[in-house]
Amino acid sequence: MKMIIIGGSAGSFNVILSILKELDADISMPIVIVLHRLKKAKAILEDCLQTQSHYIVKEVEDKEFAKAGYIYTAPSDYHVLLNENLSFSLDTSEEVNYSRPSIDVSFESFSCVLKENCCGILLSGANQDGAIGLKMIAENGGETIVQDGDEAEFATMPRAAIELYKKHTVYKLKDIVKKMNNYAK
Amino acid sequence: MIEFDELEEIVFIIKKQYGYDFEGYSRASFLRRINRYMELSGLATTVHLKNELINNPENFNAFINEIVVNVSEFFRDPDFFKSLIANVFTYLASYPKINVWSAGCSYGEETYSLAILFKEMDLLQKSRIYATDISTNALDKSKKGIYSNKDFKEYSNNYFSCGGKESLNQYFVSDGQKSIINSEFKKDILFSRHNLVTDGVFKECQLVLCRNVLIYFDEELQNKVLKLFYDSLPVHGFLALGNKETLRFSEVQDKFKIIDSREKIYQKIK
Repeated sequence: MKMIIIGGSAGSFNVILSILKELDADISMPIVIVLHRLKKAKAILEDCLQTQSHYIVKEVEDKEFAKAGYIYTAPSDYHVLLNENLSFSLDTSEEVNYSRPSIDVSFESFSCVLKENCCGILLSGANQDGAIGLKMIAENGGETIVQDGDEAEFATMPRAAIELYKKHTVYKLKDIVKKMNNYAK
Repeated sequence: MIEFDELEEIVFIIKKQYGYDFEGYSRASFLRRINRYMELSGLATTVHLKNELINNPENFNAFINEIVVNVSEFFRDPDFFKSLIANVFTYLASYPKINVWSAGCSYGEETYSLAILFKEMDLLQKSRIYATDISTNALDKSKKGIYSNKDFKEYSNNYFSCGGKESLNQYFVSDGQKSIINSEFKKDILFSRHNLVTDGVFKECQLVLCRNVLIYFDEELQNKVLKLFYDSLPVHGFLALGNKETLRFSEVQDKFKIIDSREKIYQKIK
């Protein structure tokens, strides 16, 4: 099974909404979204995303199997990992890059299992989370896309990823969508 | 870094050499913890790790301590404690004597949080809290009850969100860097080693508190441990799990009634 995994932080929420709106109605590859969010934020993220998508949007549940037709979001205050049998594991271990969920933690874990069968996308953000994990996805043969720093509301996160590994593909929003539609076909 | 296909052998070595069984651990978490341990200890390859496990048993305690997750905080998830006070404390108050099992207590933050709330609700003097963990290192830290002041502001906010009546500081003695829990709480808490994977029921308890431990187990082991909790509770006893843990899909599901579906508080009914 292939999967798309998106990491985002400050300035990513609207980008994700736009992406979901533009996805072709006939694709169903599982998408996992790791978005930094406030610890105590109520779970309205899923409701917002649901209004823009033909997928079923839900928060990851522990030991749940990844399925086509679903978009999974990382719960606030938990890291999301992937087991070899393609079930998710939640984890409350220490924050990474001051973040839980951490994008690096998920990128690394998913890459370990999926190898070339995953596409990692890193969007706007004000810290450096995701850079190490995205490099690992690339080195394991997966596809990697970074939002164009000129377009991103906060360029620190995308730029940190490029700095660490020059060969990521840099796209603006509309090309990210095109790429996802192709990748998921 | 270690890969998934090398885990089996590591699990085997640990079991053979030390008697700890990690077979039922969530594979993804286990892999991540081992990689973290290797990084922290400067073990570059799986060969180094195996060598360490086989030839340096004196480091095994440190290994276990890193493998099991010991991250917690005081009054984590205030909504949970609020619900516990509202739905469970009044019930517990009707018992002449209360036994509580705080399973997987890590560094003791949650156990002491409960003890503080017990004290404020006048339950502590008739309670015995059994706090257990697989890691002796964690138990030592719990017994000492010393915590960095770094996060106390957040703990204090959490405490008031739980409905705390006094001030959190009064339960600790602090210097500039650290705070130590008042000794009055230690006499009612018994810290001891217990391995949820291999050890059985040790005491009947009216409340079993085990939050954010089951997520590190696979479904089969989760089921087994939930059965152990069931066996440890009298009818009408309470089980409290982490926010992302559930009795759904477990064999004992229909033997419990849901007290709070969001905060994962259950009561044994048969």
